Amino acid sequence: MVDAKTLTHLERLEAESIHILREVVAEAEKPVMLYSVGKDSAVMLHLARKAFYPSPPPFPLLHVDTTWKFQEMYKLRDRMARESGMELLVYQNPEAAERGINPFDHGPLHTDMWKTEGLKQALNLHGFDAAFGGARRDEEKSRAKERIFSFRTASHGWDPKNQRPELWNLYNARKNKGESIRVFPISNWTELDIWQYIHLNDVPIVPLYFADERPTVERDGMLLMVDDDRFPLQPGEEPVMRSIRFRTLGCYPLTGAVESTARTLPDVIQETLLTTTSERQGRAIDKDAGGAGMEKKKQEGYF
Amino acid sequence: MTDPIYKTDALIAQDIDQYLKVHEHKTMLRFITCGSVDDGKSTLIGRLLYDSKMIFEDQLAALEADSKKVGTQGQEIDFALLVDGLAAEREQGITIDVAYRFFATEKRKFIVADTPGHEQYTRNMVTGASTADLAVILIDARKGILTQTRRHSYLTHLIGIRNIVLAVNKMDLVGYDQAVFDKIVADYAAFARSIGITAFTPMPISGFKGDNITGPSANTPWYKGPALIEHLETVEVNSAADADKPFRMAVQWVNRPNLDFRGFSGQIATGSVKPGDAIRVLPSGKTSTITRIVTLNGDLDEAVAGQSVTLCFADEVDCSRGDVIAASDNPPQAADQFEATIVWMADEEMLPGRSYWLKIGTQMVTATIQQPKYQVNVNDAGGSGSHLAAKTLELNAIGVANLSTDKQIVFEPYATNRTLGGFILIDKLTNATVAAGMLHFSLRRAQNVHWQATDISRDFHAGLKNQKPAVLWFTGLSGAGKSTIANLVEKKLARMNRHTFLLDGDNVRHGLNKDLGFTDADRVENIRRVGEVAKLMTDAGLIVITAFISPFRAERDMVRQMMQPGEFIEVHIDTTLADAEARDVKGLYKKARSGQLKNFTGIDSPYEAPEDPEIRVDTAVMTAEQAADAIIARLIP
Repeated sequence: MVDAKTLTHLERLEAESIHILREVVAEAEKPVMLYSVGKDSAVMLHLARKAFYPSPPPFPLLHVDTTWKFQEMYKLRDRMARESGMELLVYQNPEAAERGINPFDHGPLHTDMWKTEGLKQALNLHGFDAAFGGARRDEEKSRAKERIFSFRTASHGWDPKNQRPELWNLYNARKNKGESIRVFPISNWTELDIWQYIHLNDVPIVPLYFADERPTVERDGMLLMVDDDRFPLQPGEEPVMRSIRFRTLGCYPLTGAVESTARTLPDVIQETLLTTTSERQGRAIDKDAGGAGMEKKKQEGYF
Repeated sequence: MTDPIYKTDALIAQDIDQYLKVHEHKTMLRFITCGSVDDGKSTLIGRLLYDSKMIFEDQLAALEADSKKVGTQGQEIDFALLVDGLAAEREQGITIDVAYRFFATEKRKFIVADTPGHEQYTRNMVTGASTADLAVILIDARKGILTQTRRHSYLTHLIGIRNIVLAVNKMDLVGYDQAVFDKIVADYAAFARSIGITAFTPMPISGFKGDNITGPSANTPWYKGPALIEHLETVEVNSAADADKPFRMAVQWVNRPNLDFRGFSGQIATGSVKPGDAIRVLPSGKTSTITRIVTLNGDLDEAVAGQSVTLCFADEVDCSRGDVIAASDNPPQAADQFEATIVWMADEEMLPGRSYWLKIGTQMVTATIQQPKYQVNVNDAGGSGSHLAAKTLELNAIGVANLSTDKQIVFEPYATNRTLGGFILIDKLTNATVAAGMLHFSLRRAQNVHWQATDISRDFHAGLKNQKPAVLWFTGLSGAGKSTIANLVEKKLARMNRHTFLLDGDNVRHGLNKDLGFTDADRVENIRRVGEVAKLMTDAGLIVITAFISPFRAERDMVRQMMQPGEFIEVHIDTTLADAEARDVKGLYKKARSGQLKNFTGIDSPYEAPEDPEIRVDTAVMTAEQAADAIIARLIP
């Protein structure tokens, strides 16, 4: 029923994303790709390599590091930068480092200082005027409302009530002095699309997405992995080996694992399809400030 | 709660590889839901997501809690809260911006854009519609066709969506009465014909109760047509038709990793391409042959409409961003004057004669729009889309106007090719996207009226007068002293045997521009005409001195662009409003303050001071005599 001239949904999504990546490179002065090492970043990076092949993508990768990512993430990050031939910029907010901000003692301040503030500082430091991000509209309801080219004020705020119209595939990349653009090339991909694309294109991802025996602690209804010896064990807590994997990756003390035996991509996809909770459920960040948590964070400059 | 039509859980559980294979070959349909406020758009989408199990348990728990707190459905789940994602929307219970949502069935993946009903958010509705293959227009069965229904139907048709579903919603609230449904369908058919919609698919549904959404409803035995999902799964998508048209691709980026490789990257708008195909690069018209279609996964034998590719040519032809690569034997045309439909999307009204950026495909040019031929009355109860006279277009207005561009652009009518026919207009000062437009055709005038090349050149004219032509463009508040200083400058230049001409604001308004008033639109036209006259005079070799308030930066820049490089000299006669008003030689400020004079610059109409004028005269520290000397020193070093 599908003839050669009708593109499949993944082909249409891929073509749209590549078009967006090229428009930004053609029109922005100094673009950068925010690379968080998760599966969405992995797909976005792969699309960038496709968009500009045989040239390497003509912009650097920026990792806004919190120093609390999983060890496996740092390994893959360095490997992908090497393989893609792109410059890797790692930024750590010096103030957060100096004050020893960490997810165990500082709660929401950890995300605010390392990620939101760190991102703003890094963008200002290098003077990037357009930053690619791997956010998807199906992740969260304020993301569902965001344009592909999302304008931020000089202080990196987002004004959701006053977004530019965005017609066809014509993107207006002109901005006023001090403004910057966050661009989301994979806006229209779903979690399943991402997995299927990784499967079909052999996109390298962090092994933590696959189940394995890992040391874990159960705390506040979340399964946390003890990724290094900075994990402060509470009285009576003892790491237990469990077969777990992650649906989403962030700072290891803030990211809940699921018990699983899915060791291959098809197994992971199978679990994803049969699951009854959303992927961001394992993230503590969405739960602040009631229903408008993410929208509020974005207005403050979070991706 | 999962309907079998969406996901076969059994297949996923038993044979995931087989499931993935099926899913890999799914096509995609993008559609919008539109209609009046409270017609149940968000509820319908919530229902589709819920039935297709795209709502997870944690989201459902949050939804149930929210429904009880702020919902509008009593103790029942309020699906609208799922899609109204912004805090302001949830507070006000309305949809402000488009929300994109995703679900899939066995056959297709769907992207649905939930578009706002309020007229003030029309631009967001058009944003959602511009990428859609199909529109679901909802009607509340109790209310019938409303103003918003007409408006959205018109916009849907205008934007070129040919697949329209008329979903008569809330059938549960009219007792599933066939007579109610038939009456609405008949009313809509009459209206649709009047605006040029030739076909639509009507269906009686209840988004809230789920009737005729995934399968036939027992409540409507009289309805024999497809359920909504069945229809969405089988309707033909637009992109398939694009593949059969002649080949066109707008060049986004030139790929040059080293001296041995030069590729042209873009997304194919229409048609297909193979190595060996003869192509033509437009607007230059140079021809070559495709040698390779390059991708990371190896070269392709063929690429079709919708794909993003990189093409290599056999010859070293000049080709860069903004050019269009097309089938050699069937290329599109280039022109610089057009008729177009324009949807105005900014709070600030359109100004005929002002220059805006125009982006079409990957081409970015400067465009000016003439006074609209007419505005479309889309709220007309008769539904005829009747024409209204209009001098300009305001927020959400739709009109037809001629426009001209400063360079030739490669185009096709929007009806034939969305990529080469759809454009946006960008304000040069605020950088906001102020309008969307659709080209109808190029004007014959542009094709047949050629610039008359004369034998006596402008250099010759200037040489006879032994001078370099220039425009001294005075700008400043009324009463700043523009005319006084301009007069002095001209007298001094005459003494130096220079050939000059002074164009004075008041004098020009007695003749050439006596048909113009002082609205923003008329001020723009006033300056445009003066600019054109000044330009002809510089061609004649004159030094032109102009003394106009010329309050808007955009128009001064427009005139600057008309002139030869270096010949436009902006002179800002800089005085404070207080000083100018204190002087008030002609008594105009007094009149403006008392309300007898409208649109007076500095009082109730803005003055945009030059950011970087060639000459700035501060009247607080310079006499008119000193100012005139300084200006001449700058003109004749």
